[in-house]
This record gives sequence, structure tokens and C-alpha cells, in this order.
Amino acid sequence: MDLNLSDEQRLLRESAERFVAESYDANHRRKMANDPLGYSPAVWKQFAELGWLALPIAEEFGGLGGGAVETGILMEAFGRGLVSEPYVATVVLGAALVDMCGSTAQKQARLPRIADGSLKLAFAHSERAARFDLSKVATAAHKTAQGWRLAGHKIAVLDGHAADEIIVSANIHDPQGPSGRIGLFLVPARTPSLTISDYPRLGGGRACNIELSEVHLPEDALLGDGHDALPAIEAAIDRAMAALGAEAVGIMQTLLDTTLEYTKIRKQFGRPLSANQVIRHRLADMAMQVDEARSIALRAALKIDAEPVERARAASGAKAKIGRCARFIGEQAIQLHGGMGVTEELEVGAYFKRLVAFDTLFGGSAHHYRRHAELGRTAISA
Amino acid sequence: MDLSFNAKERAFQDEVRDFIAKNLTDEMKRATALTPSVFSDPDIGMAWQRALNARGWGAPGWPVEHGGPDWTPAQRWIFETESARAGVPNVNVMGVKMVGPVIIGFGSPEQKNFYLPRILSGEDYWCQGYSEPGSGSDLASLKTRAVRDGDDYIINGTKIWTTHAHHANRMFALVRTSDGPRQQDGISFVLIDMKTSGITTRPILTIGGDHEVNQVFFDDVRVPVANRVGDEGKGWTYGKYLLEFERGSGIASAKLREGLKAISELALSDLTGRAIDSPDIATRISEVEVDIDALEMTELRVLSALQTGQNPGAVSSILKLRNSEIRQAVTRLGADVIGHDALAVEPMRPLYKLNHEPAMPEEMLTVVPEYLNGRAYTIFGGTSEIQRDIIAKMMLGI
Repeated sequence: MDLNLSDEQRLLRESAERFVAESYDANHRRKMANDPLGYSPAVWKQFAELGWLALPIAEEFGGLGGGAVETGILMEAFGRGLVSEPYVATVVLGAALVDMCGSTAQKQARLPRIADGSLKLAFAHSERAARFDLSKVATAAHKTAQGWRLAGHKIAVLDGHAADEIIVSANIHDPQGPSGRIGLFLVPARTPSLTISDYPRLGGGRACNIELSEVHLPEDALLGDGHDALPAIEAAIDRAMAALGAEAVGIMQTLLDTTLEYTKIRKQFGRPLSANQVIRHRLADMAMQVDEARSIALRAALKIDAEPVERARAASGAKAKIGRCARFIGEQAIQLHGGMGVTEELEVGAYFKRLVAFDTLFGGSAHHYRRHAELGRTAISA
Repeated sequence: MDLSFNAKERAFQDEVRDFIAKNLTDEMKRATALTPSVFSDPDIGMAWQRALNARGWGAPGWPVEHGGPDWTPAQRWIFETESARAGVPNVNVMGVKMVGPVIIGFGSPEQKNFYLPRILSGEDYWCQGYSEPGSGSDLASLKTRAVRDGDDYIINGTKIWTTHAHHANRMFALVRTSDGPRQQDGISFVLIDMKTSGITTRPILTIGGDHEVNQVFFDDVRVPVANRVGDEGKGWTYGKYLLEFERGSGIASAKLREGLKAISELALSDLTGRAIDSPDIATRISEVEVDIDALEMTELRVLSALQTGQNPGAVSSILKLRNSEIRQAVTRLGADVIGHDALAVEPMRPLYKLNHEPAMPEEMLTVVPEYLNGRAYTIFGGTSEIQRDIIAKMMLGI
């Protein structure tokens, strides 16, 4: 049992924190907020040079073979600077799905290119009618003589506009095979009859809705051998939630630090705000919740390779708990900044919005406490 | 980073399990499960202390030369976790975890030789004389006075919330020996024989129906000056040192998890009409479970820091606060899970010696008393409000 950082993990944290502190300042964030791409290709190149895009990819595919803990270390630093590069879409979700489901040839064609920065992926899964139910997929993939024909609508696709290739989930309709399977399809971004409508995402970065109307794909567009991909989708999203949880911890830490400084400087009634017990206790609660969030995020990362129920309960528990902490800390950070906190003149609001986006993505706290409870009963009756 | 234990630690885990299996009797287990106050009655608690001491495990936190087992932080974690899982008696901590470390840190050689073996063996049973009716969170305002008379102090005043004073043969107390410029000055730390004439004890019943705490009165009580620990007037320093131990024993999640497990089992049982089928109960169980997971990780982070000699700092206040709040959440959930049975009051104590058929199933007997008594968790050992002050000051520097 040892939860201290190894020397390599410490170095990773230091280099990530240094990068964010030196390169990712308020000016950069403002520029990105108004940028049609929403991130900087030059920064992405730097990520590749620093080895961060190779971090969780297996060594045999040109990666560094890191785990969820290393990803979390990086993501926490990203959170401190509100990094808007499509890291989760490509390196966490995309790479994990290719790694879990892909054939050797599909992995070889993609994982090394993710690691060197030449390939960006996105995962199109959510649909309006499904809400947060990962098993509900209406998008259909019909087997044809030439390959596949896809039709359907996807929403809230993280960084879909930036992707070279989009992994689309669809219900497989193949008279020759078993029914009730979800398949994952590799769809080049510039495929005809694929319409991407992208929009700025709450708290930075971009997302898009995708319309697939009669998209024709070759046979080998199916990722892997056509086994039901739902377990892999759940595993990949648990991984993304653990990574985003770590990012939220970085965001909350920055909000706590900023708010603390402000309450020391801001004077009312002839003394600093921080001299009032009601403010001191509020800040103590915020500090306590940052610490709790840090603990539970680390737990989700450490359990990411556990058996599925244990992994999923750790991920959902963390998502739910961090979501609550995030709302509390974000809302209190604004409250303690007073009127200025509600304006775009300070960055508090930008950090708050990213936390709201975090809580919403893949389902909010209530959803994940429910998933945690349901999986717990599965575990008991098993 | 790694959550699993190494081979040596796993071997120790087997050793602890083996020890518990051989020494924990069904009677001790049942009595512990049916005790809704913080500590087991002395007959149960001291039986366990004697078993621990016979194995050399009577005082896990003490240095080896005074009888400690020289465990690593990971071993202490394993010991506490296995003990909680098995449901061992809650030994009164006033001796081993509170006055013991103070005597080791600041006592004279004579005091160490006399008192420490008697704490280990369970021959002495200690209570703590800190709070007074007028001094709660503002402990340093205490007024119980010790006036020097030759080789004795003559003590007058009163102490309150004295856990197990009605069982104890000794008390460690903070008393005022002089009035300094600051109220913290002039306080001394003394060891008192409870059989000394002039001491009377009044029971205080808690809202759960238990007699655990008392008020103790001192009427011209003579205590030898030799019973003072350390320097006269420096008692506040020693007392604060002890409070750190009270807050930062640092391993509470395993007990919370067992408490939640008992509640979950009730919720799954026909006795509660399967309360878990109600989605709000199921979700609340998950909320508490995740809070316990987070606390456990914080404890393990602290433990990891301690293993490499780092100082975890003000995090002990976070641990105390969260432990007390989660414990209250567990007991509140319990009272809701048992439904109508929460209305029944069983006034007899101890609950493990009832001589009549109770109004509710035995597994529910402690649920409401634990909820009611459990309100004290955010009050004793420094209230939650005091802990937040400490976090603001020590962690945030405001």
C-alpha cells in the first residue's frame, strides 16, 4: 500500500504544472474561447513532443504504457489552466475504444498516430432519447453487400469538429448475425452525408451534434469483430469520467486558491472578508471538499482496471461525489467574489462553467449515485 | 501507487485475523454490537485489552521501550481495519491513546514506571477531566483550581462530560495552578486517584438512554504534587498534544463501513420490508458509501505520507470532521431504514443483558440510541465549528 507519487509521476506533475503555468494564461484562454477551432494545434504538437499523447497508449503501439493515475496527474494540471485541447476525446476515449475493441491492424493504424499527434479521434455515442442510458442506441448499422450503411443522430460529441475520424456507435442489423449488439464504426470525418454541427462548449472547448443519413462504409469500418461493444463503451466512459474527475479537482483547487486570495484582499467594514468566521468556515468547507474530491478521484483511477462492477462503482461514485463538490465549490467561489464573480471580467465564471459541464457530462450526480446503488445491488445478489 | 498490501503486510493481516478468531468470544462480539454508546463497558473492553496485551499489542502507538509493538503505519491500518471488521470491543481510549502518550512524552521516570504497565494490563481505568460546565470549546477558561499546600495540591471545582468516571479509578485533569496573563498560562496536568476523599460523581444520562458520561465534583481533594505531569503551568501544552491524538488517531473508515454494512443488511431484510427497494434509501446508502470511500482514501494518503516520514499537517482536523459527519449520516440513515420500529424505546441497559423480549428485533435495538447519542460526535474532541476554525487557520492561513 503506497499512495505517494513515484519519481516519474512527480516529474510528470511538475512538467504539466509548469507547462500550464507558463503557457496557459488568461490571455490564451480568452483567445481560445473566441477561436473557431477552440484549441491550438501548436499546443497539441507540444503535447505530442512532451509525450503526453502517448501517455496511456501501450508501448507496443508507440506509447508510454501509463495508467489512469498518470492520466489523472496530467488532467489535474490541465484543470488548473482550463486546457481546451481535445485530450479526453482522442487520448482517453478514442484510444481506449480502439485498444479494447480494435483488431491488431486497426490498432496499428491508429494508436501510434494518436501517440505522435497525427490522428485525432472523437466518440459519438449519446442520443437525445437515451439521455444518460449508455445501452440505448437508436442509430442503426445495416449490413450491406459492400459493408455497412449507418443512419441516426448523435449529440454532445466532445471535440467532434477536431477529429480526423469519429467512432460512431450503432445497433447492428445483420440478418446473418445475432441481434441486440452495439457496434462501433470508424467514420472518417469527411465522409459524405455526415453532417457535423459544432458549437462552443460550456466552460471551453467545443462539441457537436452529428447527423448520419445513409452513410456508406466499407466492411472494415467496424471496430473489431462485431461483439457487443457495450461493455467496452462503459469501460471507456468510466475511464473518461475518472480523467475528467481529476481535471475537476484541478479546477476546484484553482477556484479555492483564487477565492482565498480574494477574501484576504477584499476589505468591507474596515477588515478583510477572511476575518469573518462565516467566510472562514465556508472556505474551510471548500478546502475539505477539494480534498475529498481529490481522494475519490484517485480511488477511481486506482480501480480502473478492477473487475467491471467494482470499476464502475468506483467511477460512478467518484463522478457523483466530485459533481457535488464541484457545484458547491463553484457556486461558493462566485458567491464569495460578490458581484464581480457573476461577470466575465474575472475568470471565476469560466472555471465555474467548466465544473458545470463536468457535472453534466455522462450524467449528473443523481444519475451516478443511482448507478452506484443499482450496481451495488447487482454485486450483493451475485 | 498501489492500494494492495505486500506479502509481509498480508502475512500480518493473517496474524491479526488469527488472533481475533482465537480471542474474540461470541459474548464480547454480541455485547459490542449491542452497545449504543461510544465505549464498551469495562468488563467487556478490559477483557479485550488483556487479550491484546498478552499478545504484545496492548498499545499500538507507543514506543517499543514502553511496550509498543513497533508497527508501521500500514500495520496499524491493517490492525484497525481487521478489528473493525470483526466487531471487537471498543476499548476505552483514555488510558492507551490519551494519558499514555502524555506520560511517555512528559512524565517523570517514576510516573512512567508506575502508570504505563498498569495502563497496558488494564489494571488502571482512566477518565479525562478536561471540560467544565463553563468551559466547553473555550477549554482554556477552565476554573477548577489546585492550590499548593506543602507536598499536595488542594483541588476544588468540577469537571463535566467525564466518560466512564463511574468506572474509572484514575483521572487525568487540567487544573488551574495560577493566573497568568493569558488564560492558557497557569494550567497544570495532574493525575488523580478517584478514590481520594472529596470526589463525588453524578451520572448524566444521554438522549439515547445511556449512562456513559458524568459530572465530577472536587471538594478539597488532596493530590500529591508528585502526581503532576511535567512542569507546573505547562499543562495546556500537554493537553493540546493529547487532543491531537484524540483527533488524529486517523483510522475511522473501517468502523464506518461496518456501521453502514449493518444498516444495509437491515435495509435488505424483510424486517424493514426491504427498505432498500425505496430508491431514496438505496441512493442514500450509496451517498454514504462514497463518502466513506473518500475518507478511507484520505486516511490512506495520510498513512502513505507518514510511512515516508512526511507530516500530514492539519488534515487530522479534516479526518475528525468528516468521520463525525459521516458517522451521523450513517446513524440517521439507520433510524430511517428501520421505519416504524424507530418509535419503540428500550430503556434497559445494558442491551446485551435484557431480561425481557424487546419491542423490536434485536438487530434494531441500538439503531435509534446510536443516532441520538451520535449527535455528540460533532461536539466532543473539539466541535465541528472549532475544527473549521483550525482548518481555516492551519491549512488556509486565515
